[in-house]
Amino acid sequence: MANEKISLLEAVNLALHRAMHEDDNVVVLGEDIGVNGGVFRATAGLRDAFGFKRVIDTPLAETMIAGLAVGMAAQGLKPVMEIQFMGFIYPALDQLVSHASRMRNRTRGRLSCPLVLRTPMGAGIRAPEHHSESTEALFAHIPGLRVVIPSSPARAYGLLLAAIDDPDPVIFLEPTRLYRMNPQALADDGKRLPLDSCFTLREGSDLTLISWGASVHETLQAAARLSEQGVSAEVIDVACVKPLDLDTLEASVRKTGRCVIVHEAPKSCGVGAEIAASLYERALLDLQAPIQRVTAADIPPPLYRLEQLYIPSVEDILAASETVLNYA
Amino acid sequence: MPDSLKLPYTRYLDPDGHLLGTLPAWADDFELLGRLYRQMVLTRLFDQKAVAMQRTGRIGTYAPTLGQEAMGVAIGSLMQPEDVLVPYYRDTAVQLMRGVKMEEILLYWGGDERGSAYADPVVAQDFPLCVPIATQALHACGVATAMKIRGEHRVTVTTCGDGATSKGDFLEALNVAGAWQLPVVFVVNNNQWAISVPRRIQCGAPTLAQKAIGAGFHGEQVDGNDVLAVYERMQLALERARQGKGPVLLECLSYRLGDHTTADDATRYRSAEEVKQAWQEEPIKRLQAYLAAQGVWDERREQALIAECQALVQQAVEAFEAAGNQAPETVFDYVYAQWPAVLAEQRELFLERAARSQGGNQDGQ
Repeated sequence: MANEKISLLEAVNLALHRAMHEDDNVVVLGEDIGVNGGVFRATAGLRDAFGFKRVIDTPLAETMIAGLAVGMAAQGLKPVMEIQFMGFIYPALDQLVSHASRMRNRTRGRLSCPLVLRTPMGAGIRAPEHHSESTEALFAHIPGLRVVIPSSPARAYGLLLAAIDDPDPVIFLEPTRLYRMNPQALADDGKRLPLDSCFTLREGSDLTLISWGASVHETLQAAARLSEQGVSAEVIDVACVKPLDLDTLEASVRKTGRCVIVHEAPKSCGVGAEIAASLYERALLDLQAPIQRVTAADIPPPLYRLEQLYIPSVEDILAASETVLNYA
Repeated sequence: MPDSLKLPYTRYLDPDGHLLGTLPAWADDFELLGRLYRQMVLTRLFDQKAVAMQRTGRIGTYAPTLGQEAMGVAIGSLMQPEDVLVPYYRDTAVQLMRGVKMEEILLYWGGDERGSAYADPVVAQDFPLCVPIATQALHACGVATAMKIRGEHRVTVTTCGDGATSKGDFLEALNVAGAWQLPVVFVVNNNQWAISVPRRIQCGAPTLAQKAIGAGFHGEQVDGNDVLAVYERMQLALERARQGKGPVLLECLSYRLGDHTTADDATRYRSAEEVKQAWQEEPIKRLQAYLAAQGVWDERREQALIAECQALVQQAVEAFEAAGNQAPETVFDYVYAQWPAVLAEQRELFLERAARSQGGNQDGQ
């Protein structure tokens, strides 16, 4: 598969194959992930390659999946669980918040939870109700968790391998809108990417555009449009929303003096608020305009006829950019 | 009630210690019965001490285990070192038998995470006490799944109270244990009270054990105040699970003689008469009467045992009080395997706060 162009979804699948091949302790569990290969096919082929003991179709109960993963991880396995959609993650929240995130701390390192929770996130694929949520901020708020959101096949591959290696619980959120978009050449070289660094996707000097997940796609398009207008925009994919690599964001904003944050999740208490507040704490006097946020409104994702209005568009990002560029 | 839901109920000793039927052969071993008795007495004396220490402000809120000694001691004495205990928060008896130290239990309830670090290698894989109700039943299934994947002959034992059986987590755990025939034993300590809610309004089913039937595996009831009955049925449950024959749910009928925790006042919701009646059935008196009737126990031995146990408890109290506080930076040391470099500033700010607090903590805060 060397250097063949693959999608983000295929990159997830490739990383799972790789991780299971490298370490017998890696087990994959979830609803419909075995014979069926997952509703998006992210786990396709794993059952045939690694058998039913390591690729486990579970009963339909999300709390159970997460609780089971805690027990398995405490026994030294590395469970990679799939929650079928982020809208169904909430029953698992108790296990993640009360146990997975704090087992190491509660026991002074005697037990730990090296688990990964993968789940598809976000709107834009005309899915039914409860299939379009972006609630990464809920998880980013929890001490002891890592929250990772890839926005390209290469980052999905390298970050998922790193997440599975990581000795702590990692919430790995996969934007469904990007699953099959923009395939890229990718070598299956097992190379890990760091879990607490932003990725600067495009360097620029006039403006910093900060985003993660599916919105990185529109953000890059906006940067290209700005470039046509002679504006040099730096684009940073945060990728790991917990813990946050604020140093990289701060350095960029100090350089450009202007910042727009773009995310698909609702505005209030979103990760964008955390980033903006931190940048004000660190770099207020270097800012030449108030930071703007381009986000979903504080509403549930609409059913699919109006869902495109929910998602921040290139035009929205351009408008916010214009605001910060023209400020005083 | 359909025949399939008429579940076995086991009891050998009546409340006065009289034998109700033929005992299993192992019960002829008075040395074993003496060890069970000793451990029940030790647990009760330790428990009394812990409550007294809470009342005098030397530890925080504590969940007494008064009246629950028989179950914990029977379970703890039967589990093998390679087995894993996934307890709830009223498990002092079984934890002590597993090898958790009394000073560790005091540290935990005394506000110090080192109380769950368990020094004894036998308990290195046991879970810490679980506070969120019934969530531990799922951990037990995960541990048992790991054992099954690896083809090990080990068993996971998880405990909970009667209230926990109302939770989805408990039912989801039973369901997966039955679906996958996991090597797990669920012990329900049905002590009749979930804080202030009595068993009769907790659940409409005649028994809690029958919840296992819905999940496709064996459940039964046992007199949780009869250590011989719990021992016998637990032994069979462990054997069954160890041989790969699937899970068992053991509902132990007991009574919570103490308050829910030291922060609770059970006189608000249950009558003195009910509690007085329950004391007639308590587990220690019952075994003591049986052993005395067999001529292997008397007042002299009782006094010697109490003195021995009190000395052990006192040693533990001294070890607990000598432990001191953890250093402030330890609150960061285990949140992640390694504190993330990108969060270094938070750690520095906290340590500055700790330094200020140590330097000027005269305001009584």
